[in-house]
Amino acid sequence: MKRRVVVTGMGAVTPLGNSVRDTWEGICAGRSGVGDITKFDTTGFDTKIAAELKNFDPLSFVNKKELRRYDDFIIYSLASADMAIADSSLRIAGDWADRAGVIIGSAIGGLATIENQKEILMRAGPGRVSPFTIPAALANLSAGHVSIRFGAKGPINCTVTACASGTNAIGDAMRIIAQGYADIMIAGGVDAAITPLSVACFNAMRALSVRNSEPQRASRPFDRDRDGFVMGEGCGLVVLEELSFARARGARIYAEVSGYGMTSDAFHMAAPPPGHEGAARCMQAALGDAGMAPGDIDYINAHGTSTPLNDQYEIEAIRTVFGESAKNLAISSTKSMTGHLLGGAGGVEAILTVKALEEGILPPTVNLDNSDVGSDLDLVPHRARPQGIGAALSNTFGFGGVNAVLVFRKYGE
Amino acid sequence: MTLTEKVIDIIVEQLEVTREECVPEAAFIDDLGADSLDLVELIMEMEENFGIQIADDELEKIRTIQDVIDFLSSKGVT
Repeated sequence: MKRRVVVTGMGAVTPLGNSVRDTWEGICAGRSGVGDITKFDTTGFDTKIAAELKNFDPLSFVNKKELRRYDDFIIYSLASADMAIADSSLRIAGDWADRAGVIIGSAIGGLATIENQKEILMRAGPGRVSPFTIPAALANLSAGHVSIRFGAKGPINCTVTACASGTNAIGDAMRIIAQGYADIMIAGGVDAAITPLSVACFNAMRALSVRNSEPQRASRPFDRDRDGFVMGEGCGLVVLEELSFARARGARIYAEVSGYGMTSDAFHMAAPPPGHEGAARCMQAALGDAGMAPGDIDYINAHGTSTPLNDQYEIEAIRTVFGESAKNLAISSTKSMTGHLLGGAGGVEAILTVKALEEGILPPTVNLDNSDVGSDLDLVPHRARPQGIGAALSNTFGFGGVNAVLVFRKYGE
Repeated sequence: MTLTEKVIDIIVEQLEVTREECVPEAAFIDDLGADSLDLVELIMEMEENFGIQIADDELEKIRTIQDVIDFLSSKGVT
């Protein structure tokens, strides 16, 4: 008998706000977190816009020594974990510390640290690079530092699957609990990759929007005039618990993680195949894992990156899975407001999906002036909408043909 | 500013400790909460500030604040 897994805490820092509450408020208001890049001088860059954190005070979460030594992706993870654990009212105690683990996915880890230290290496030689570079750069150090801070001695991992990293982290963590290897897992995703090298390289692939004159209208999933994604940064973490463990301690239960699908396109290093059959199989796998049918799903938080191919093919995949009943679904992309947090997307979007279930409010797809994926679908255009829902999917797909889908269900009983 | 004061300034900044804790006999690892990586970075900062090089075998002998001051004086730093 598979153990059931529920969400008992959530924490996030995103371009819409430095907490789940502020982020959700921005989502419900249809606000955009996109603006001019302030982290570096964008002279000569094709893309000059991104979704950065605003007014984030790292010293609320780390001391000055740590601030110098931890890449931003580690600091964002510690901040989110602090908030998620506080939200769950959980204290990881000595005798069952090995039943609590951490999986935090990141597409690229401490890229800014690597870029900075490379500059020092070239300018001042090998004797001048920081001894803290490696621990600041390795992607698994966000999980490492979170496990240190909370004394979590159970399973630890970092899922590195590009834009699906956060979803794979939560799904793998769910399976670890379901199969009995842990009772608690802190899980989600993070990235802090708005750097000169990263923006230049994504521009070289022609992957980013260049709508620099209208930053807040640049991320426009499913819209006819979309021209690429807008890079974001941030972290979203959830606390997952085995159901009877959560009930025994009187935890507040947000929702159940009832299914997880993982598939590979085996097609191209960055582009999905027409119809995105791998994504269709992934949604089917997730539903099968949950023991649910397509008709049980009310809402899909889409991957919806605002790139020409993903958005078109994702909708085709949804139609493949849901057939005629696709018209009864609400589908929206919150990347229209947050931008694309890369590894952080799966973590933050899981949280937004859980909030939608909890509060009965559907996040909108903003900037959807002219949908070109079919006028028969409910893409929740422009404005959030109060609507009670019972179950939802969160889709994320990454470079390398990786697909990951989670099923969340309202916990009512 | 004396050499001692300059050294303590750097230690306070790097290790996030107070001036009061920085007595000459204070040991970096045992008293000031530094780990091996902190020590490497601290020494790099000293090298940068005083324009000298500290070899690894000389680094092994440095355990306390006084050890650093003695070492710098022996290299002619004031």
